[in-house]
Amino acid sequence: MCLGIPAKVTAVEQGGLGKAEYLGTKVRVNLSLLEEVKVGDWVIIHAGFAISRLDEAEAQETLALLREIASYERTEP
Amino acid sequence: MDELRQESITSALLKLIKAKTSRLGRGFRIMEVCGTHTMTVYRYGLHPLLEEAGINLISGPGCPVCITPDEYHELIIDLLTKRPETIVASFGDMTRVPTAAGSLQNAIPASSSSLKIVYSPLEALDLASRYPTKEVIFFGAGFETTIPSIALTVKEARIRGLKNFSLLAALWLIPPPLRVILETGEVALDGFLYPGHVSTIIGSEPYQFVAEEFGLPGAITGFEPNDILLAILSILDQIQAGHPEVAIEYRRAVTAQGNPKAQKIMAEVFEKQDAFWRGLGLIPRSGLGLRPEYQDFEARQRFSLHVNFNQGATNSACRCGEVLRGVLAPSECPLFGQTCRPESPYGPCMVSYEGACLIHFKYHQTRRKR
Amino acid sequence: MRDFIGQIIVPTFANPRLRELLDATHLPGEIAFTTDSYVIDPIFFPGGNIGTLAVNGTVNDLVVSGAKPEFISLALILEEGLPWDDLKLVLQSIQEAAIKAGVQVVTGDTKVVPRGQADKIYINTSGIGRVIGRPDLSRVSPDDSLIITGPVGDHSLAILLARGDFGLEAAVESDCAPLTFLLPLWENGAKWMRDITRGGLATILCELAEKLPCAVLIEEKKIPLSPPVQAAAELLGIDPLYLACEGRAVILAPADQAEAMLAFIKQNPLGKQAEIIGRIGGGVGRPGELILKTKTGGLRLLEPLTTELLPRIC
Repeated sequence: MCLGIPAKVTAVEQGGLGKAEYLGTKVRVNLSLLEEVKVGDWVIIHAGFAISRLDEAEAQETLALLREIASYERTEP
Repeated sequence: MDELRQESITSALLKLIKAKTSRLGRGFRIMEVCGTHTMTVYRYGLHPLLEEAGINLISGPGCPVCITPDEYHELIIDLLTKRPETIVASFGDMTRVPTAAGSLQNAIPASSSSLKIVYSPLEALDLASRYPTKEVIFFGAGFETTIPSIALTVKEARIRGLKNFSLLAALWLIPPPLRVILETGEVALDGFLYPGHVSTIIGSEPYQFVAEEFGLPGAITGFEPNDILLAILSILDQIQAGHPEVAIEYRRAVTAQGNPKAQKIMAEVFEKQDAFWRGLGLIPRSGLGLRPEYQDFEARQRFSLHVNFNQGATNSACRCGEVLRGVLAPSECPLFGQTCRPESPYGPCMVSYEGACLIHFKYHQTRRKR
Repeated sequence: MRDFIGQIIVPTFANPRLRELLDATHLPGEIAFTTDSYVIDPIFFPGGNIGTLAVNGTVNDLVVSGAKPEFISLALILEEGLPWDDLKLVLQSIQEAAIKAGVQVVTGDTKVVPRGQADKIYINTSGIGRVIGRPDLSRVSPDDSLIITGPVGDHSLAILLARGDFGLEAAVESDCAPLTFLLPLWENGAKWMRDITRGGLATILCELAEKLPCAVLIEEKKIPLSPPVQAAAELLGIDPLYLACEGRAVILAPADQAEAMLAFIKQNPLGKQAEIIGRIGGGVGRPGELILKTKTGGLRLLEPLTTELLPRIC
């Protein structure tokens, strides 16, 4: 019940509205469930609302972990 | 973020999982609660690969289509077919559930009435603004991921002074059915994959009871295939260490406290109430209803409708309830694949895109190789 | 619809040619004949309109059945009140599309019905072409390759967004186009072709697989998707494998000719994103099955589309 997509905020407008971009497609998004969203922030979008921020540092850590696991497994017999 | 779907990484993770289950000496049954997890596992063909690695994933009750009782669907179908000048707005998946009165999708609207599929609850509000002479009824179904958005929509309706907008609320909370499943002890489980996006809202605290009272490990999980495998590894590590907890394996989106602003908005508009779940029966304080100050937006109030939850009246041969509790595997249901098939579904588990039975029906075919 | 055709249409008009239910029927004198009706809403959309569809849809049915399209008929049913400018634009588009596809509109009919009895404009086109090749599934061998001519789903997405925007701004246009550039492949060993229309790639390949004594395997990572389709599919929870196109085809090529055919297709601007996406057999599945190897290496059975694609939030 949780289709949510990470997207980058490209515009913050009046009344809690804004736009975010995913793979070049812009989507209208309501930012009222989060505090102080700025252009350039990454958010998770669900049913037209930004429900959470995406922490870039944590994302990078997860990706690095995955790469590490893959390279470790490659060297195993 | 390709790594989250990369085949080489998936293989590496599966190898690691297999190594751990071998070392632990047995296979493990893990319940994934969220319908979207069920979907991801199916979409990427992970179920058979996980079985080979010693992990049996069981689908839980996190599918709004599956657990919303027929009475809600029948109510909204009634409103659409009998009230003229009415627009029923609904999320797509909810419209396909077959009831004694047919499905919302196939219902014939009353004169000048229509069904509109919406992606966001705010679209329903826009419809109400755009068509002031029509009554717009939003069939708001969902879990904590969607509830804050619906709460905001109701608040916005109040701010805009919209008199022609109402909500048929079918709102469900994730932690209570988990407790029911554990307390009845019907199914042997070794751990839980907790829903990642519900958790962005509620944080990790609501699941603590699973680790503390029942001693079971769990991980809050993202929705990419490699997220799921990482979370399974975390659960195995917890088992190995004998230290069950609620691990956050979706740290890029979930914090321990969740989204306080969203929680506040939810609490402003909704209050907990007892709710009937298909297959699980009455669960105390497991649903949400509009607070008294917002009750005028509730469709049941506005149209003086009373819902009688007569659980016995639903198709008694249908065993979806047991499937949703993880007690019955789809293939163990006597109707599965015979009278209950995707083209002629008996119950919601075969209708919902995330329904365990529909997905199992499709898996069942791929597992036989030449 | 399939049941309707199978259980009512075919038995009523029981003749061997109809029974084959090909995209276009081959008649004596090496002539191919096809017909299609167009009732799309909205009638104007990014990248085309009901007129361009009406020409290309019929042209493409001829191409994939092994015929060079030459003539089409044009029957119009107009709702009273349809603006003249709209009608003129549609007719102009039909003529432009006909020139691009190398066909002529040689006969036709126009009817006007009272307001409310038709939805703006309905079009039927029938097409006649000269047979230059023949799809022949009896010649199918293991490892024959499946080539797709370009990304899938652009047409469907353009229509979906034109109908109700779901808050998306996507630079997407219908892929509506003639497939006549594929005709030389019939003289170079192509065994079968289908244009990817209603039901999308998965449905038409299921229909192929059903007729074969083996399985068909396709690879998710080889299937081209334009970024807007990929984005919209994920945002709305729609599977692009089921999105219809109006100018894309899949070709079944002999294994040893696949690369050459791919190179040929890529020379044409309409085919520059062509890919080899799968093959016959592949060592998995049972006869008649269409199997997808997912991006993460898992396998999943694909089935034909039976219900309407709806946006999900789950």
